[in-house]
Formats: sequence, structure tokens, C-alpha cells
Amino acid sequence: MRRIAIAAAATVSVVVLLFSYRTSTDQTPVATGRPLGGGTQPTRTTTPATPATPGSAGGSGTFTGDAADTRYGPVQVQITVSGGKITDAQAVQYPQESGRDVRINSAAVPELNQETLQAQSAQIDTVSGATYTSEGYQQSLQSAIDAAHR
Amino acid sequence: MGTQASLHLRGPRVDTDPAVEPAVAAVFGYLRATDELFSTYRPDSQVSALRRRELPRAEWHPWLAEVVALCEEARERTDGYFDPWRLPGGFDPSGLVKGWAAEKAAVRLARLRGLDHYLNAGGDITAGVHGSHAPAWRVGVEDPADPSTFLAVLELRTGALATSGSAARGPHIVDPHTGLHATKLLSVTVTGPTLLWADVLATAAFARGGDDVKQWVSARAPGYEVAALARAP
Repeated sequence: MRRIAIAAAATVSVVVLLFSYRTSTDQTPVATGRPLGGGTQPTRTTTPATPATPGSAGGSGTFTGDAADTRYGPVQVQITVSGGKITDAQAVQYPQESGRDVRINSAAVPELNQETLQAQSAQIDTVSGATYTSEGYQQSLQSAIDAAHR
Repeated sequence: MGTQASLHLRGPRVDTDPAVEPAVAAVFGYLRATDELFSTYRPDSQVSALRRRELPRAEWHPWLAEVVALCEEARERTDGYFDPWRLPGGFDPSGLVKGWAAEKAAVRLARLRGLDHYLNAGGDITAGVHGSHAPAWRVGVEDPADPSTFLAVLELRTGALATSGSAARGPHIVDPHTGLHATKLLSVTVTGPTLLWADVLATAAFARGGDDVKQWVSARAPGYEVAALARAP
């Protein structure tokens, strides 16, 4: 299992403005979204497999969120979407160098993995969390979700 | 405001309705304008000038006057548990401005008929779902003790959801009555009709804590309730 730091706090300039579209309530993603404003663009590492058929839920593929800058370093999350559900999530980048990060790590370590997600049947559209605890992680997870629907 | 905003739209005409693109641009334009005015990170913002005591009342932008009045109302309505004047570093309305701004920004989507939306500003969400057959947005609420899992997955149609907490880095929200860091809760999520008040009540509830925190929130304003709660071990 991958471990990542929960990094922290009101970062100075992470204003990533993204929007994305879905054509219909069956959550079929369409590639008409585009980022507005600052921030790096999410990277689609795998092209969604096939155009989704009406009535089926959503696309499939692997989507990597923005690296969210935190005062402890960048945090970046990658999700795997299958049939419109998040089936896996991994931190692909996280602070692990300094002693401070080790302390942060030991305070709370996310282990976002397939089992926990499936246990929650996590077909989620968005994420809410305490801004001060895990802003970087949550932002990156949200931006991976954004990428999956663009 | 040092945060990220994601806007998702959904509906049959989302990529053909010519009103979509200007509405989306207006949402982000509004967020940028409020950030310029209220950011404590920008030395040239009005709030920064106010904190340095360099901004006479006559020079306040109308939005600043509106926010200050809302801060006063919030302090009163929360029995002083939300108090932007008693924060380290001086007056800081950020805890109210984010919800206020997101909500006012989302008003720009009102004319998009038949489209559902959510706007997620740093984990606090305002949403609208219009058709009765349309599914709710599903919101994963991070578990502060293990942010890899969800404390709850909540369905949100039209309304708002806000989470306050400070688990991972240790205490950060101060109880204005004692000046001490709140430590009883790890996170609290409040739902209700408006994001402004859901966010204010979540912050106040976190500062207050208490076994009766759910009842306390419900008694502050009709329609608001604690939808997810994590207590410190």
C-alpha cells in the first residue's frame, strides 16, 4: 500500500480553476471541458477506453490530478476509473524528505486503496474535507476527478 | 483565498447551450474578483489594508462592508464561536468569505436551464440539481483519522455542504472564548440551504465541540444539521 503525507494548510497560491462537463445524468463524460485560469493541467495518462454507451455509467481510464503545492511539498493523486466508479486511488507524489514531513506522515497517513473505496461503493462526484488537514491530498483527488470528467 | 475551485455541470445541452461558456467564465471571474479583494495573502487586498489599519471606512468596497456585516451576524448567531476579530494576526474573514463568494459566484449559473451544477471551493460545496429524476451529487467526506477513506458518502441535491477540521497537523481552529485550540473534534460536516452558513456553522461547531454539538448546530439556524462528525479519540 502506498503511503502519502497529508500535507497541510492554507497554501499561498493554489488557485486551480477547473471546470468540466457531463452531457447527461447518466454521467457520461465528454471531452469538452477545459481549464480556466491558473494552475497546471491535469494529465490524462490513459485515454478513456471507448465512448460510453447511453445508460452506462461513465468512462474508464487512469487520471492524474494536479500536483497540489503544499508547504511540505507537492502532493499528487492518481485515480483509476472503471465503469464510472473510482476503483483505485494512489498517491503518485508526496513529500517524504524532511524530518517535518515524517512527523506529518506519522500524524495521519492516508492509504487510499481499492478495498476501502469499494467498501464505500465510492461512486463519488466530489470530495469534502477539512481544509487545514489535507488540503493538498483532497485537492489533488478532486482534480483527478475533474480530469476524469473532462 | 489560497484554494482550488472546481465547477462541474451536467445536463443534456451542456455542450450546445451557448449560455454555458459565458456563465462559467462569470463564475471564475467573480471568484477571482473576491480573491483580489479579500485575500490575506495579497498585500494589496482591502482586507490586508484593513488588517494594517490603513483602510478608512469611507474607502471600503461595498462587498467588504457586506462581509463585515455578515461576520458580525455570524459572531452573534454562533454565540461567539465564529469570531473573525479574535484570530491570530487580526481580523480575518476568510472563514466566511469562501462560502459567501462561492455561493454568489454560483448564482451566475442560475440562468442555465436544465443543467445541474456543483462548485467545490477547497472542499466546501454548493450544488444545484434541478430535474426530480436527476441523481444527486455524491460527496465523499474525508475521514480525518484516515483521509484515504471516507467518513461518509453524502448525497447533495440543491444546497450546501461544508467541513471543518484540523486533525492531521494538530489543532488549528481556536475557540474565541478561551483563545485555546479546539481539540474535541477531528472534523465536522454541516449541510444546509446556503454554503455561507453551512461553512460558518461548521467552523463554529468545530471550535465549540461538545457532546451536544449536533443539537447546537440545529438550534442555530433552521435547515442546518451536522451530517458527519469525527470526535477525537
